Amino acid sequence: METSTKTPIKLNSTEDVKYKLVAENISASYDGIVTVKNISMKFRDRAVTALIGPSGCGKTTFLRCLNRMHELTKNATLTGKVLLDGEDLYSNKVDPIINRRKIGMVFQKPNPFPTMSIYDNVACGLKLNGVKDKKILDEVVEGCLKMASLWNEVKGDLKKPGMSLSGGQQQRLCIARALAIQPEVLLMDEPASALDPIATQKIEEMIQELKKEYTIIIVTHNMQQATRVSDYTGFMYLGDLVEFGETKQIFENPRNETTAKYVQGQFG
Amino acid sequence: MITPEQRAEFRKHFRYNVGRRLVLDKIVKGIVFLCVIVAIVPLIAILVNVFSNGGAALSWDFITQVPGAVGSDEPGGIGPAIQGTLVLIGLSSLIGVPIGVMGGIFLSEYGTNRFGRTVRFFNDVLAEFPTIVIGVFAFVLIVLTVGNFSVWAGSFALSIVMLPIIMRTTEESLKLVPITYREAGYALGIRRYRVVFTIVLSSARNGLVTGILLAVARIAGETAPLVFTILGSSQFISDLNGPVDALPLRIWRLSSLPYDSAVTQGWGAAFILIIMVLSINIGVRYLFLRNKEKTFLKFKKMGAV
Amino acid sequence: MVDPLIFSLMTTRYTVLAIKMKKGSPYIDRIFKYVAIGAATYVLAIIAMIVFNLVSGSAQVWQQEGISFLTGSDWNSVEGRESYGAAPYIMGTIVNAGIAMLIAVPLSFGIAMFLSELSPKLLRTPLAMIIELLAAVPSVVYGLWGLLVFRTYIKDWIEVPLHDVFGDQSIIFAGTPFGLDILTASIVLAIMIIPTIASISREIMLAVPNSQREAAYMLGATKWEAFRLAVLPYSKSGLIGATILGLGRAVGETMAVTMLIGNATGAAAIPSSLFQPGQTMASIMANEFAEASQGGLHLAALVGIGLILFIMAFGINVVAHLLVARVVKSHEGAVLA
Repeated sequence: METSTKTPIKLNSTEDVKYKLVAENISASYDGIVTVKNISMKFRDRAVTALIGPSGCGKTTFLRCLNRMHELTKNATLTGKVLLDGEDLYSNKVDPIINRRKIGMVFQKPNPFPTMSIYDNVACGLKLNGVKDKKILDEVVEGCLKMASLWNEVKGDLKKPGMSLSGGQQQRLCIARALAIQPEVLLMDEPASALDPIATQKIEEMIQELKKEYTIIIVTHNMQQATRVSDYTGFMYLGDLVEFGETKQIFENPRNETTAKYVQGQFG
Repeated sequence: MITPEQRAEFRKHFRYNVGRRLVLDKIVKGIVFLCVIVAIVPLIAILVNVFSNGGAALSWDFITQVPGAVGSDEPGGIGPAIQGTLVLIGLSSLIGVPIGVMGGIFLSEYGTNRFGRTVRFFNDVLAEFPTIVIGVFAFVLIVLTVGNFSVWAGSFALSIVMLPIIMRTTEESLKLVPITYREAGYALGIRRYRVVFTIVLSSARNGLVTGILLAVARIAGETAPLVFTILGSSQFISDLNGPVDALPLRIWRLSSLPYDSAVTQGWGAAFILIIMVLSINIGVRYLFLRNKEKTFLKFKKMGAV
Repeated sequence: MVDPLIFSLMTTRYTVLAIKMKKGSPYIDRIFKYVAIGAATYVLAIIAMIVFNLVSGSAQVWQQEGISFLTGSDWNSVEGRESYGAAPYIMGTIVNAGIAMLIAVPLSFGIAMFLSELSPKLLRTPLAMIIELLAAVPSVVYGLWGLLVFRTYIKDWIEVPLHDVFGDQSIIFAGTPFGLDILTASIVLAIMIIPTIASISREIMLAVPNSQREAAYMLGATKWEAFRLAVLPYSKSGLIGATILGLGRAVGETMAVTMLIGNATGAAAIPSSLFQPGQTMASIMANEFAEASQGGLHLAALVGIGLILFIMAFGINVVAHLLVARVVKSHEGAVLA
């Protein structure tokens, strides 16, 4: 493979863009291996940005840098800044636990808390942050379950254990749980990779709805999913950001040779 | 759909309790650390006391002489107790190790049926038996019928303590050997016993030896089974059918005597016993299980009960 | 995953065997199988014999005392007026183990929590090893140390102050403390069972999948909150199983308790004050054996107590294993098996 060249971010639109989340010069490693090499990206509000690339290119590590989850890994190091609405999430003045709740995250395998009911799973983030008012809790739980397209399926009995749901439902429960803490940005790490096609479709439809009010960043190894779901795409390879742009352009008219090879399926 | 404005509204209900949560986090960390300290302090205290007080009693005479008359000027030594412990360990191993290893082989190679499950269950039961009850059993079975206390009775009792430990550790070690090793042998037409002895046992050798050594360390320190079976003695062994002394028993007897010389001897005996037991435990960890902490913990659970 | 050294060793051995056509004789194979089964049966036989001997060896006292052996508190070995009741020692065992558990369980959980969640990587192995060495120290050495060193500290720092303040108003702090009593025996017993409960609890906590903790951190939890939300509920039944296993150990522990509990007998052994001498089932067997070894009703009484102790320990351990079996079935990770 020839060395990849970084293509500067170029956006076609001339309208007043609003970047909710900006990553500046993020470099990260764990166990001594550098997995993310000096990446800068800007994420638009009310849009879905997909991160694609072959296994091991660093996209999940980069994602976890955005909400300060990477530093919880063993022997992790990180440099750079992440600005949410202009505010640096990595500033020393604020404890990480505050900044983590500003960004929600959904993981690859659904991981609801097994001993909690559906209601408690969604509400636990709120209770953690001191919300005690039952009315507010009820309101948020209902709102988040509706946004996660799960409300109609579970509204009959919210006290059922979270684990009694199917895989796809559990993942939507996890999405509701992440939305409950009122984040501005939602990070999704291959959210549908463990699910069957029907469940996957439900999640993709839900993402299209959610993007009306949220900033969504999704890591996916499924290129078709990226084309279906995202507005912008960043292609990463071996820790570098190779190309970033509108999804249509990346897949139909890639400027970089490596990108072209990847989206055509020549490697990956 | 919850709009950003609605989100900001909801966020107003988040109480600004972060400071308190962080303080609580620190307090919990502190308490938990204290727990560790509270547990470590006794161990250090015991080792310090045993080594300093026991060290004073040590001498060549102490290790080789018979005990003198109680309370006299010449306290003598604990030679018979050391000899007794070594002989008891040896004889118990003679009984316990072969049966334990074969039992472990049974559980791992033949024990997937209901009989195997029953045996495993009762083996666990035996492992958790109060050892004093085992002592009583050996007393009723052997000492009462034969009419005297003996090395045999003590060894028999200790072998019962050893047996479940060795069975479990052997089974666990054998289970770690991949089934492909066995299947390759069977596919070549080699009989099961050859496969087990030539291949499986040698791969599992480390685990097996570890289990046996841990069991030995365990029975070296056991007193309760001996209380009912060996009587104790002030002489070196003359006859395996007669009474014998052992380190743990001697420590117990010495501890109840009001003489300073007895107390010093007690510390000295404890010194020797602890050196024996701890060196086996630490040695096993460094020689055999350097990288296999998980296995070690499992064995410890079974053996160091 | 195959260790290359072992793989080559195995291949060599198999090659040698195949070449020499030493496949083994079918007769020896069958003998081997029967020997293995025999060894396994030996375990069952031993347990059967133990139960049988306990029952037959104590028959005399059951005949004489009947159910009052369990409920009475006589302890008279004078010829002609012999009467025995095990009730004080049953109570003593329960009280002794109970107090030890009250002390040991919170400490053990704290230690397990530290070792599984909080400790820096470098400290982890040495600390775990130290805790396990605690388990390797023989019971009689704990007793010796407790007798000659520790009890003075317990007396001076705990018992005397408590007695001075509360002695007159309460039963459990009554009686002039002199160190060889229920409290000292319970404290030392607690130290002895901490390694058991702590190491099993630690394994259970480590078995909780990391994805659970990450979900909690994602919501903005502190380390303690992540533990409370993600680890604790997941490991609850396993931790209860660990506790009950510790209780089983505590009930059967003999030597240290014998050396520290003070050797009370009969009605005086009924637990009342922490500062009074007491007696457990295990300790009375050890203490009185010398007198009873000639046989007769006294010996039968001690064997009877052994039978009761066996039943209690067996019951506790069966419950613990049932709880564990449930945990293994309900969660993906093997937590105690």
